[in-house]
Amino acid sequence: MIVAGIEPKAEMVHWWFATGILILGLLLVAEVIVGPEVWGRRPWRRYLWPGLCFLLGVLMWPVMALYTNSMIHMVAHGSWAQVLMLTGGAELGVVRGKLYSQYWRLTSVVALLVSGTAFLVHEQNGWYFARAAFLHHALGWTLIVAAVFPLAQAFRPRSVVAASGFALTFLVIAVLLFCDRDSAAIFGHFSTFAGVPHR
Amino acid sequence: MSADYAHERLGQTEKEHTARAVSSTRVRIVLALGPATAIGGIAWAFLQPWRLTLLHPYGQGFWWLFAEPPLYVVLVGVLFRLLIAPGLVEDMEGTD
Repeated sequence: MIVAGIEPKAEMVHWWFATGILILGLLLVAEVIVGPEVWGRRPWRRYLWPGLCFLLGVLMWPVMALYTNSMIHMVAHGSWAQVLMLTGGAELGVVRGKLYSQYWRLTSVVALLVSGTAFLVHEQNGWYFARAAFLHHALGWTLIVAAVFPLAQAFRPRSVVAASGFALTFLVIAVLLFCDRDSAAIFGHFSTFAGVPHR
Repeated sequence: MSADYAHERLGQTEKEHTARAVSSTRVRIVLALGPATAIGGIAWAFLQPWRLTLLHPYGQGFWWLFAEPPLYVVLVGVLFRLLIAPGLVEDMEGTD
């Protein structure tokens, strides 16, 4: 009860993760613009996005442990923590030279598919119940559709289209997460069961 | 100077010009990424000022004063411009 009293609201946690994902997106967009050769010229830069992805996975564990409003939320947060750490860890292994295969990029496919499915499964309400519900559906489908980009990268690692799509996916996810409110209307719709609406 | 050699040199110069133009465009885009992000955050703050509790801080708890999403976006843009973009530009210019 004490923790519940002092812990930040769920919408704030979404905004903090949106900030991390915005940084991820900008790093990936910059890498696409300058190309992998220039990006890899400074060794520390190669570790930036996989390291940040891994860190976001680690930070997702306290979210799983503290936001226990339902079992399915815990499972969803736990699965995000695992797939973020899996992708970050695999990419760190690749940039460190411990892992060689281009097919490690498939871990990103798994991450996007699992994350998208978790968003859709743990949202129990329809699209227009409230803004949070709408965003959960939008995020889920965005992630599932975007899984095609790392899938293409696994087979065509130098594809600019696939790399651009993968990078822009993170910017879209960041925008959607920044839009989140715990209870707010979406396009004029707001369920009477959704609490007190905020702007 | 033979005609073949002159044509070859001309072709090389054109290629170098094209490569430099592409590189210069990339430099501009990389330098613009951070400011564009920051401007996005500022625009958001103007469009939805109620998302900035610092503008009406009385009665707000710690978390509400700490959570300022438009400022986070501005901060990300500024940090990208200051910490990431200069090194990238330097490395791109080193390639030319």
